[in-house]
Amino acid sequence: MDYKTSDPHAGPRREDILPATTAAAVKVVVVGGFGVGKTTMVGTVSEIRPLTTEETMTQAGVGVDDVAGVEQKIETTVAMDFGRISINEQLVLYLFGTPGQERFWFLWDGLFEGALGAVVLLDTRRLEVSYEVVGILEERGVPFVVAVNAFPGAPVHPVSELRAAMDLPDCVPIFTCDARDRASCRDALMTLMRYLYDRAHKTPEPQ
Amino acid sequence: MSKADKAWDPGNPDRLYIVTKGCEDSNKAMVRLDLVTLIVARTETDPGLQPEHGTIVRMCDYPLSVAEISAYLTLPVSTVTVLLTDLLTRGLVEARPPARVAALPDVCLLEAVMHGLQNL
Ligand SMILES: Nc1nc2c(ncn2[C@@H]2O[C@H](COP(=O)(O)OP(=O)(O)O)[C@@H](O)[C@H]2O)c(=O)[nH]1
Ligand SMILES: [Mg+2]
Repeated sequence: MDYKTSDPHAGPRREDILPATTAAAVKVVVVGGFGVGKTTMVGTVSEIRPLTTEETMTQAGVGVDDVAGVEQKIETTVAMDFGRISINEQLVLYLFGTPGQERFWFLWDGLFEGALGAVVLLDTRRLEVSYEVVGILEERGVPFVVAVNAFPGAPVHPVSELRAAMDLPDCVPIFTCDARDRASCRDALMTLMRYLYDRAHKTPEPQ
Repeated sequence: MSKADKAWDPGNPDRLYIVTKGCEDSNKAMVRLDLVTLIVARTETDPGLQPEHGTIVRMCDYPLSVAEISAYLTLPVSTVTVLLTDLLTRGLVEARPPARVAALPDVCLLEAVMHGLQNL
C-alpha cells in the first residue's frame, strides 16, 4: 500500500490533548445541505481547532460493461469536518459535519452507526434538501432535532408551518438557531439530548 | 450477537485486545473501529516501526479518536483503520470502544452529556 509521506511529528497541539482517563466517546452528526452552516456549527462549539477527516467512497459506475464482466468503479474522496467537546474526565463528544453532497454521506457507513443522534440544519431557502435529509435519517432510525438557521433575506416561516411542510411528527423538536453563536449551538445539542432522554424514559426498558 | 460484537461492550477495552491477540494471523476483520474509537499507545514508539506506524504510536501517547488520527495524518479513515489493525494485532496500541448507544441510549450517559454541555 502506498502512503503519502507523513510528518513524523504529526499529532495534536499540546492544548488539544485529551486526559489519559478518557475512556469512551460519543458522536453527534450535523446534517443539512450545502452552505447551511454545518462547518460553522462544528467550529463554534468545538474545544479544538476543527479538523477534517476523509474517506474514499466506491460506487458502482454507470455504463457497466457486461460483456467484459468488468464493473466500472467510481472513487470519490469525501471530506468531513469535526470538532470535539470534553464532557468530563471519562467521556468526550465528537461532532461531525456531514459533507455537502447528500448522496455521499449516507454511503459513509460508519458515520451514523452508533451516533447518539443528529442535528438537522434547515435551510428555508431550499426546503426540499432538508426534506430529503430528514427522510434518510428516518429511514436509518437516527433520532434527530431540527434547527432552523436564520439567514438574511431567507423566507421566514413560523415553526409550525415548517413542521407541517417537513411532515415532522409533533414529538420532534424544531427551533431557530444561529450556527455562529456558541450558546445557540449548545442549546441545539442540549435539545437533542433532552429529546433522547425523553424517548429513553417514555419507552419501557426491555429487561 | 456474535462473540466479536460482545468484545465491543463499553468498559471492556481489554477484551478487544484479547480477541485481536488471540487471532493474530487469522481474522483481522474482527477489529471493528468506529470514527470515535479512542486509540492509546501501549508502548513508547520504536525506531524499528514503519514510519506511519511509528507516527501513530507517538501521537497516541494520550487517547485520540480514529477520526483525529486520520485528520493529523491526512489519510482516509479506511487507510488509518488498516494501520491501526496492524498495531492492535501487535499489541502496540489499545482501543477504547465508543460508549454503546442502543436504540435507547443509557439515561446516565445522556445525563452526563447534558451536564457537560451546561459547562460549555
Ligand atoms: N446569518 C447566518 N449565517 C450563517 C449561519 N451559519 C452559517 N452562516 C454562514 O453561511 C455560510 C456557509 O456556512 P458553512 O458553515 O460553511 O456551511 P456548510 O456548507 O453547511 O458547512 C458561511 O458564510 C457562514 O458564515 C447562521 O446561523 N446565520
Ligand atoms: Mg462545510
